[in-house]
Amino acid sequence: MAEVALPPPRHRNLLRSALLGLSWGWLLALVLVPNLLVLAASLLNRDPTHFLQLPLTLDSYRRLLDPLYLRVFLDSLALALATTLGCLLLGYPFAWALSRIDGRWRPLLVFLLILPFWTNSLVRTYAIKQLLAANGPLNGALLALGLIDAPLELLYTQGAVILGLVYLLLPFMILPLYAVFEDLRPELLLASRDLGAGRLATFVHVLIPLTLPGILAGTLLVLLPALGMFYVADILGGARVLLVGNIIKNQFLDARDWPFGAAASILLTAAMALLLFAHRLARRRLRDGEAP
Amino acid sequence: MSGRLPRLWLALVYLLLYVPIAVLLLYSFNDARTGYRWGGWSLRWYRALFANDTLMDSLWNSLALAAAAATLATAIGALTAFALHRYRFRGRELMHGLLFVVMMSPEIVLAISLLALFLLVGLQLGFTSLLIAHLTFCLPFVVITVLARLAGFDARLLEAARDLGASEARALYTVLLPAILPALLAGWLLGFTLSLDDVVVSTFVGGPSYEVLPLRIYSMVRVGLKPEVNALGTLLLVFSLLALALSQLLLNKQKS
Repeated sequence: MAEVALPPPRHRNLLRSALLGLSWGWLLALVLVPNLLVLAASLLNRDPTHFLQLPLTLDSYRRLLDPLYLRVFLDSLALALATTLGCLLLGYPFAWALSRIDGRWRPLLVFLLILPFWTNSLVRTYAIKQLLAANGPLNGALLALGLIDAPLELLYTQGAVILGLVYLLLPFMILPLYAVFEDLRPELLLASRDLGAGRLATFVHVLIPLTLPGILAGTLLVLLPALGMFYVADILGGARVLLVGNIIKNQFLDARDWPFGAAASILLTAAMALLLFAHRLARRRLRDGEAP
Repeated sequence: MSGRLPRLWLALVYLLLYVPIAVLLLYSFNDARTGYRWGGWSLRWYRALFANDTLMDSLWNSLALAAAAATLATAIGALTAFALHRYRFRGRELMHGLLFVVMMSPEIVLAISLLALFLLVGLQLGFTSLLIAHLTFCLPFVVITVLARLAGFDARLLEAARDLGASEARALYTVLLPAILPALLAGWLLGFTLSLDDVVVSTFVGGPSYEVLPLRIYSMVRVGLKPEVNALGTLLLVFSLLALALSQLLLNKQKS
């Protein structure tokens, strides 16, 4: 964010202390302390009555590596990655096409892109469920067209969950991509072609690196929520599809195994930190590349 | 790389985004109970919706919670944004970083951390715990929105007000506040929507004493299809469209 250097206020006053106190106050009480509590919980033992007990242990983290759980985590990760890939495949060409559209139409098109976000995501998940139901409009249309003879079992499958997640998260992939495409200078692509690079080489060596910050930002905004949105897996996947979010929820609210749930949550936080770091790195590399 | 293909792609994605919403709207007026067969136009699901007391109660609960959380978040968030913008203090970078991290954290991580806090201090889960939790996830969005607006504000206006004898507080109130009003409105609306939309956090920190709309819908649609949800979804869509239009109108008025 561009910072405008301001002349400092003439003297330290009461207002300053009050405002800083308020800001630090809520950040400490509602963000820092609660997260430290989770970290502490992940390092404690399980206790049937008080949720947690000493001594400190790494047991919960070890259990995350248990083949049974590891399997579920990897499946969930695969689902979230498929969602991210789906958003990228749909969103990348979309963002590029949008940045090429006549400037007069773009605000309207961007508005239409964000509009679904203002509708309840649960209601939209339900709409997808209705659409995919055995006697829903999609099967109805396919039957009427004679493309199928019997309704397809679309609901309660991995595909349904991925579709639902893509549907809910697509705008979060498109917006950062659109932002980098808007700033992209087309001359760079032309220069690459002029210098003899083919379309594929231009795409791989010029376009992808230039849009990498957008790709990573979009991935960040899609991958993490896709891991956690347990209600989408519940509604569209039945009991058959589990996300990391479902596991964490079960551990906390049903099994009451706090240390394990906390460790899974710390794992998610670590994944976020990793992605944030990658994003920063990509942006810095790009900036350094541009500098004369 | 040019020609029709890009436009076709745009159309395809918009189709994907709007077909489910169209299904929702259309089915809310469908007299048939379920299925793709059209049973004729009817308002029966709207009647069923208004007759469903638990659903309506949870709607009012959610609206009250969203309004309270958005209002508190706007007030506190604006003050935090102002502090970040105006003052140079130790830990300023850390504060920026923390805000960014809260905004990026998966909802479920935030939900668990707050649940741990509430249990530690012995807070009964209900309206208060929901309010605090919703306030927390709304705050960073308000701060960022207001900060963006402040970046375009000419600070010399404040200095001028001070030179003309206004106290710091008075200068802020009469000069700065009107300038950032659109951002406050946008932040409030964003917070209100986020709160009304939230499933994940409410699942963890909500209690039986205060049931919110998303959790009610959640338990309704987990099994089977409930057509009155279509009617509710349609009403919510119309409501948010009106709110958006109203805010655009106010913002344009502000500009001219």
